[in-house]
Amino acid sequence: MEQLLSLFIRAIFIENLALAFFLGMCTFLAISKSMQAALGLAVAVVVVMTITVPLNNLVLHYALADGALAWLGPQFAEVDLSFLGLVSYIGVIAASVQILEMFLDKYVPALYNALGVFLPLITVNCAILGGVLFMVERDYGFAESVVYGAGGGVGWGLAIIGLAGIREKLKYSDVPAGLQGLGITFISAGLMALGFMSFGGIDL
Amino acid sequence: MAETSMKSLVVEPLVNNNPVVVQVLGICSALAVTSSMSTTIVMCIGLTLVCACSSFIVSLVRNHIPNSIRIIVQMTIVASAVILVDQILKAVAYDLSKQLSVFIGLIITNCIVMGRLEAFAMKNGPVVSFVDGLGNGAGYSLLLILVGTVREIFGRGSWFGFELMPTVANGGWYEPNGLMLLAPSAFFIIGLIIWAMRSWKPALVEPNPFRIAANTRMQESY
Repeated sequence: MEQLLSLFIRAIFIENLALAFFLGMCTFLAISKSMQAALGLAVAVVVVMTITVPLNNLVLHYALADGALAWLGPQFAEVDLSFLGLVSYIGVIAASVQILEMFLDKYVPALYNALGVFLPLITVNCAILGGVLFMVERDYGFAESVVYGAGGGVGWGLAIIGLAGIREKLKYSDVPAGLQGLGITFISAGLMALGFMSFGGIDL
Repeated sequence: MAETSMKSLVVEPLVNNNPVVVQVLGICSALAVTSSMSTTIVMCIGLTLVCACSSFIVSLVRNHIPNSIRIIVQMTIVASAVILVDQILKAVAYDLSKQLSVFIGLIITNCIVMGRLEAFAMKNGPVVSFVDGLGNGAGYSLLLILVGTVREIFGRGSWFGFELMPTVANGGWYEPNGLMLLAPSAFFIIGLIIWAMRSWKPALVEPNPFRIAANTRMQESY
């Protein structure tokens, strides 16, 4: 239990997907213009990551890894499909985003309207695929992958909400013409990343 | 677009329409892999290949893809190309593929590839799309090499692993700038490159949506 808690904290702060690994940067820079949009996207990312990381963990352990198909019968014990990993993970992500979209549309229309266009966008957000690939690389178990998915999503959400807050304040400052917009966003994101690096010293 | 010359398809994305600093696509990997030149180069080659090949294939089948599932079809094509690159890299340069860890896999969700597929390959013929993919890959590579060069020279005193400025630790004179090896430095370098680009080509400057009026009359401030 204690180990899971420390994994959660590590996924949020120390190994922040956006600011330590630079994942999901395109949406991170493009959607952070307003606080409301950033909040919607953050919620969507947390939900999708909490679902897809454990789901892909199951796919890996029961279909793709070396000898994972042994439960089908002894003749499958030798099969190693791990080279199909990338296609399967992105397929699982795309499918679960699609299903989540239909589910929300039918049962929670309020949330569906709030998330709007961000849900389909999430399929191509590298933070999600990045989270899945880190889970595979570090060989997390099922419980760990649930915690890592949720933590990674919360960390990414935290970062984009922070950047949106900074950019809303930046409207009132006098930025040099060439740095206007994109340039200053990069530099503020860099300063945020520096700030987040101070969590690196925490030993969990 | 048929009259667009092949040359402009390759040259435009290098500077005027650079995928990273002008179209703002594919930032993730531009920041993450540039701390040393060898990983940078591998990433550039991988992305250029994937971008060109998947543009070619998507463009071949573009008239047969139903509109509603086109993202999934494109993803599958891109993912297959990436798997090829990943497997080749694992076979040829295992150490490098370990260093790049998840970033080769992340070419799938690299917005440059998806962006060019959506914007160009879905509307144009295979050969033009292939050239467009190459051009955008080259624009991406140019910027990555620039960032990688700055980071490695100032962070390690070397370039491609060759020592340019002997560091203090090895008995030389150069005190390496540790910040350059850390993640945030890439943000600063790209931010500054954007600034330089826009000073050079003022047409790219974004208008400020919230102009602060010049404070002309003193009594207004009271």
